[in-house]
Amino acid sequence: MLVAATSVAGAAATAGAAVPFVWSMWPSERARAAGAPVEVDVSRLAPGELLVVEWRGKPVWIIRRSKEMLDSLKAVTPRLTDPESRASVQPEYARNEARSLKPEFMVMEGVCTHLGCSPQLKPADAKAEMGADWLGGFYCPCHGSKFDYAGRVFKGAPAPLNLPVPPHTYLSDAVLLIGEDRKKGA
Amino acid sequence: MASRLAALRDWFDARMPSVAEEWRKHAAEYYAPKNFNFWYYFGSLALLVLVIQIVSGIFLTMNYKPDANLAFGSVEYIMRDVPGGWIIRYVHSTGASAFFVIVYLHMFRALLYGSHREPRELVWIFGVLIYLTLMAEAFFGYLLPWGQMSYWGAQVIVNLFSTIPFIGPDLALWIRGDYVVSDATLNRFFALHVIAIPLVLLGLVAVHILALHDVGSNNPDGIEIKKKKDPQTGKPLDGIPFHPYYTVKDIVGAIVFLAIFCAVVFFVPEMGGYFLEHNNFIPADPLKTPPHIAPVWYFTPYYSILRAVPPMFNSQFPGVLAMGLAVLVLFFLPWLDRSPVKSIRYRGWLYKGWLAAFVVSFLMLGYLGTEPTTVWGQFGFDAFFLDTKDVATWAARFFTVVYFLFFLLMPWYTARDKTKPVPERVTM
Repeated sequence: MLVAATSVAGAAATAGAAVPFVWSMWPSERARAAGAPVEVDVSRLAPGELLVVEWRGKPVWIIRRSKEMLDSLKAVTPRLTDPESRASVQPEYARNEARSLKPEFMVMEGVCTHLGCSPQLKPADAKAEMGADWLGGFYCPCHGSKFDYAGRVFKGAPAPLNLPVPPHTYLSDAVLLIGEDRKKGA
Repeated sequence: MASRLAALRDWFDARMPSVAEEWRKHAAEYYAPKNFNFWYYFGSLALLVLVIQIVSGIFLTMNYKPDANLAFGSVEYIMRDVPGGWIIRYVHSTGASAFFVIVYLHMFRALLYGSHREPRELVWIFGVLIYLTLMAEAFFGYLLPWGQMSYWGAQVIVNLFSTIPFIGPDLALWIRGDYVVSDATLNRFFALHVIAIPLVLLGLVAVHILALHDVGSNNPDGIEIKKKKDPQTGKPLDGIPFHPYYTVKDIVGAIVFLAIFCAVVFFVPEMGGYFLEHNNFIPADPLKTPPHIAPVWYFTPYYSILRAVPPMFNSQFPGVLAMGLAVLVLFFLPWLDRSPVKSIRYRGWLYKGWLAAFVVSFLMLGYLGTEPTTVWGQFGFDAFFLDTKDVATWAARFFTVVYFLFFLLMPWYTARDKTKPVPERVTM
């Protein structure tokens, strides 16, 4: 009895002693505080151009979509896994056909929903490499997932979901704020 | 002089007799079967590589800096400015690959001669644990140079954990210690690589050898030498003392191995991008994934399995699960094998055929894992079941199925196999 009680108490104490060590491996206060929003000037972006900015250590893409690029979104819809972004991650205001606040500008995290690699821009003229039916979008070099210009994933790819859209808002026509929904003071 | 040395030995022996006792138990009077062949070199070679890795690792830490801003530069500093630094680093990087070559051959030996079978199940289980620990050690170490492959490899592997239902995302966050692979991740991987995992590895190696010496070594005939003992001495008739017979034999193996090892270190340390990947000579860039990423060769069979399994129910977890099971199934091998004989010498064509199919699958999965999925082009036709037209993905799916069938059907085909009669005594 005494031996059993001592053993249980000893095991409990050992488990308790592990707590601070396990705890210490969570992100530090400094890492938690590093997620500040980022301001970006999008007025100089040419149609079809991709801008990569860093937010919370991750690449965030801003692509200015031309008329053809926006038209391609409708054309590829039957070939997508989640065309209406039902299961995918985006703020409510980006749950629309173009997945954006302004159809012209697409803001999304450039991090593949499969295992976190960063896909590459493959415009419509990369048909030789991407196949004859390619209308432009993104290709993940790690495991071959393909996405359209709204970050929606094509069927047959290992990635299960569309690329996430981070919270963002326009402070003015030219300035985009990534990481926060509302204008300061609003 | 000789008598002085003998006196010193006697003085020591009187105060600490356990040293001589252990020496007799594990070397001078450990009776190993006399018919060991080529396949029995890899145990002692694995021990040799472990020592090489520990020694070269200690000297690398004298100049390496586990800091995201300094790590890449400190490795280049070791390569260019530290006297002899390049030798130490190439020894360590070649040693990592050599370790896996040796361990794979060592494990294959068990499949050949039934070394995992009763009464050596614990030896096998500790061995699989060593293999798992070695994979962890290699993975943590690969992040340290902080090159592009280090970074993105770690990103992918840590994200494997985030696919586990419910707890996954928090688990991945806890492993990284940050929202992305960062300085915090590098720092803790360094701690795990240089002290935590090596300690576990050493402990497991010790119990692996202790478990082996308790039951005695298997041999190419797969028969128990302890069953035929000399009635006078009580020693196995087919056994010879490990020392000096096998210590000397293993030294020959070590010399041949070291000759090959040095040739690699001095002439092809990168092994054409297989031992040290080209992209890892570019510093880590969290915003840009290299155009083609693949793990180091020893992980590629499992990486192929991961890639081959399509996502199900909006989740990539099935692929991760298949990859995990591909390793974990090894633990059950002693109980999956129902053959009345152990060695391939007395097994029938069923086992030989399945073993050959398994080896081909493992090698093909390994090869495909180093290449992009488009390496064999695409099917020229379309069909409703073709979720991808990449030929290589379908090939990887086929070999993944063969890989698992080798284990899952084993109870059936090993029991049905036509076996030959096993001799009473070992054959040379």
